[in-house]
Amino acid sequence: MTDTHAAGPNTEPGPVVKTTPEEGGTSHDHPSEKEYIKIALILAAITAAEVAVVYVESLEGLLAPILIGMSIVKFLLVVLWFMHLRFDSRLFRRFFVAGIALALFCYMIVLTTFGVWTR
Amino acid sequence: MAIVTSPPPSPAELPPPPGSARPAPVRLLRRPTHPTGLWSWITTVDHKKIGIMYSAAAFIFFLIGGIEALLLRVQLGSPDNTFLSADAYNQVFTMHGTTMIFLVVMPLSAGLANYLLPIMVGARDVAFPRLNAFGFWVFLVGGLFMYSSFLLGGAPNGGWFGYAPLTRNMPGHNIDYWIFGLQILGIASLTGAVNLIVTVINMRAPGMSLFRMPVFVWMSLIAQFLLLFALPVITVALFLLMFDRQFGANFFNAQEGADPLLWQHLFWLFGHPEVYILILPAMGVVSEILPVFSRKPLFGYQVMVISGIAIGFIGWGVWAHHMFVSGLGPVATSAFSASTMFIAVPTGVKIFNWLATMWKGKIRITAPFLFAVGFVTMFTIGGLSGVTHAVVPSDTQQTDTYYIVAHFHYVLFGGSMFGLFGGAFFWWPKFTGRMLSDRLGKMQFWLMLIGFNMTFGPFHILGLQGMPRRIYTYPEDMGWDFWNMVATVGSFLIAVSVLVFMWNVWKSRKSPQVGNDPWDARTLEWSIPSPPPEYNFAEIPLVTARDDLWHRKYEEDQEGRPVPRTRPESEERAAVGRAVEAATGGEAGLRGPDATSSVVTETAAGRAEAAGRAEAEEGDGVDATAGSHAEAGDEGTHHDEHGGHDGHDEHGGHDEHIHMPSPSYWPLVAAMGLAVVCYGVMYKFLPVAILGGLWIVGSLYAWALEPATAPDEPEPEPSTSTDLEPVGSGTGSAG
Amino acid sequence: MSTISAPTDAQGSHHEVEPGHPPTSTGLSNEKVAMWAFLGSECLLFGALISVYLLYKGQSPGNTITPEDVYDIPYTSVSSFVLLMSSLTMVLALAAIQRGDHRRLRVWLLTTALLGASFVAGQVYEFTVFIKEGLTLSTNLFGSSFYVLTGFHGAHVTLGVLMLASLYSLSLRGRMPTEKAETVELVGLYWHFVDIVWIVIFTLVYLIP
Repeated sequence: MTDTHAAGPNTEPGPVVKTTPEEGGTSHDHPSEKEYIKIALILAAITAAEVAVVYVESLEGLLAPILIGMSIVKFLLVVLWFMHLRFDSRLFRRFFVAGIALALFCYMIVLTTFGVWTR
Repeated sequence: MAIVTSPPPSPAELPPPPGSARPAPVRLLRRPTHPTGLWSWITTVDHKKIGIMYSAAAFIFFLIGGIEALLLRVQLGSPDNTFLSADAYNQVFTMHGTTMIFLVVMPLSAGLANYLLPIMVGARDVAFPRLNAFGFWVFLVGGLFMYSSFLLGGAPNGGWFGYAPLTRNMPGHNIDYWIFGLQILGIASLTGAVNLIVTVINMRAPGMSLFRMPVFVWMSLIAQFLLLFALPVITVALFLLMFDRQFGANFFNAQEGADPLLWQHLFWLFGHPEVYILILPAMGVVSEILPVFSRKPLFGYQVMVISGIAIGFIGWGVWAHHMFVSGLGPVATSAFSASTMFIAVPTGVKIFNWLATMWKGKIRITAPFLFAVGFVTMFTIGGLSGVTHAVVPSDTQQTDTYYIVAHFHYVLFGGSMFGLFGGAFFWWPKFTGRMLSDRLGKMQFWLMLIGFNMTFGPFHILGLQGMPRRIYTYPEDMGWDFWNMVATVGSFLIAVSVLVFMWNVWKSRKSPQVGNDPWDARTLEWSIPSPPPEYNFAEIPLVTARDDLWHRKYEEDQEGRPVPRTRPESEERAAVGRAVEAATGGEAGLRGPDATSSVVTETAAGRAEAAGRAEAEEGDGVDATAGSHAEAGDEGTHHDEHGGHDGHDEHGGHDEHIHMPSPSYWPLVAAMGLAVVCYGVMYKFLPVAILGGLWIVGSLYAWALEPATAPDEPEPEPSTSTDLEPVGSGTGSAG
Repeated sequence: MSTISAPTDAQGSHHEVEPGHPPTSTGLSNEKVAMWAFLGSECLLFGALISVYLLYKGQSPGNTITPEDVYDIPYTSVSSFVLLMSSLTMVLALAAIQRGDHRRLRVWLLTTALLGASFVAGQVYEFTVFIKEGLTLSTNLFGSSFYVLTGFHGAHVTLGVLMLASLYSLSLRGRMPTEKAETVELVGLYWHFVDIVWIVIFTLVYLIP
């Protein structure tokens, strides 16, 4: 939960002040407008697919995992590209992942104790 | 909460670039500029003043919560008593718990953290000073709001844990005050958490890596993360209950199929991290005190930090141990039992490390030391009863009895409060420039220790004898009379010890002033004057080690014993010591002005200013200064451009300029709006609710559009003091 | 991470310090760290509300109103699409101010605000239809959990629209210079977060039977 990416004990002789955050390991730092539009189109397409899938009767048993999978893809697209998390400092990712992980962990356990999955 | 969710922190705000001359926007209220007096406190954004206000308000709530406790003890001191009716008892015990947790321990910890964290990491203020002020005022508004219930129909009476479905249906507004009050308080804590997290992560002085930070900083930081993630859960729980009560929702309506356990899960998902929020800062205090009075570094610093982090993590996996008899079933209870036992490990590790710190140390028995040792012993006892709670079969007998009450008072009072009192004694000279009487402090400690054990020790027995919690009286033939009476007597002994503390505070207000480092301590706050100037450090320190101050004062001889350094600066330091010092005598092994024990990291002007202040009012030194670069985030780490030395500043003038954020009304104004909204919603006066909403939104806009540092005022008359003067050069650097 | 970059070149390297922002321990701006911390916290908030919905899904006793009775999936898909596109326009607004194009900034800010406002309007309309069909906050478990979850989300969107409108107005008055691009970025982060919450809600609440 806390960030320990700074130097370890007593190994820093000089100032820790940085003026450039770590970059993500990608070839370009800022998607271009074209790329943003491409992502938006993909999001729209997935949304359409999500809705369509609901009406396909043969997939009924598998609906939940399929839909959840698709929404995860959308989620990641927005978070990683639109929110720029892919290209930004790892610190931001840690905050966000911490929130999501904690929420998933705690609430899944709560729902499990209520027997939500088996009803 | 009055608004749906706490607003994000104010967006970055810069004044218009030079040359883009725009008339200054007309503001409703002129920017306050009071350097002294009541208004300076009301409009302050200085973390030190805010820390003091938090602590002072929390102490008053401590007295109130203590009186509530005495009322409970009078009622329970004898069987079949009629001192308090059942209804009155319910209100008093609910408010006692709610007060002590949310209005005492949390704000005391917040006060200490607010004051110390920036200084301990080498910063000049927190990341968002106005947000900091907002947090305090919201806390105060929340506390007053909740207590207004006594005058407006009755105080909360559903227990501090407010279990639904009971609280869903309780008539009157008592529970509503609890719900809305806690929502308001939650906003205060959440904003404080964001502020302190950013401060510690982002505003550390050069060289202050995370693993060189004092343990108090670490423990407070972990607690802030716990707050950050736990508060939303209780926010949701309180909203759901509010919707049930105000608007007929069905979240806890069993008749419509709701599950009563929902409340318990949501509440304890918050509630368990909450208890670590209550204890970790106090543990941090102990980790600061023991090394100083053992003249030894903390044993196992890294392990202490990692244990704290582990407690923070594992603390998310144990909440249902508060629900062992709620029907979860054997699988769930076993899992939570195991995780609860597991969390005892890092906790126990800390205890052993404290003992090892003292082992073979050169002990100085002072009041803060005693309180720290009191923490270690009393908390251990509380921890041991906690271990018995982790075992499901034994907890099944203990739960909802006085045995549990014993446990949590041992850890919260014997632990947190003792630790916080220790912190009060330890840092009092830093905050006020004067020592508290060590003699009275020791007297208080022993009275408190005896009274405390006399009160809560018997609770273990009563619990095992079957006395349930939350009852307003008991019949004569249960066999509980004797220990209840003992406990009542003990509680009054605690009250006497608190009076001793208050007498100490009163008496010590004229005690001699002290210099930077009366305790010969280890961390950065002891390197600046007592009390510190508004800007904390005249020059941001360059940190080279953990316990940096100690290493500047001492080096080790061949046997590893500390030996004062003799370096040229020592002469300057001696001058500083003499300039500001008043002897404090031999009390408690204090060092008097000591050429080697106070390190100057300030410039000459800073020193002269501190000297000037020895006669002047505290906190006057620096006007609300201005600068044309505005960010609250400015006052953070800054590369020391002047090297360590100040030879060219001998004439007492100052050619450095430190820009501090300016005071503001808006945090207070915005905070008041929260109460207005809550009253409006609670009493279903729509106009009032809307007014409150507009009040808040308007204040937030005014706040967001106001620069963090006011634009330059015309230069004041040259003064004879050595006040730092503002400059309008608008460079990006702080002095 | 907001930059004063030359127009158009997305490949250039960035110096991530805003003018007027002094260096920080991590090189990141305080406000941005604060916003991400806040968003992490919000995950717990919406997680709780979503969990309550899932807990009570299908649990309303008796012969009472169910989701199938009231949901209009095509309608809600349209408003989901609207919100998704608003994330695109938001990111375009940020790109505009980062390259100093203030006219475009305002166009995209306004568009985002309008899309967001349409989403909220759509929700309000949806709520009125549901109420007319007999589903209120107090009807049953479904009513309570549905309205509170989507209501909280809608309130967040509304606050976002207010912030976007404020940015738009500030820009019109010349008070959003390129140096303040980070402000747009921060509002954008909040906006995208609100969008991803909806992505989750749309699937778990509306689509999954």
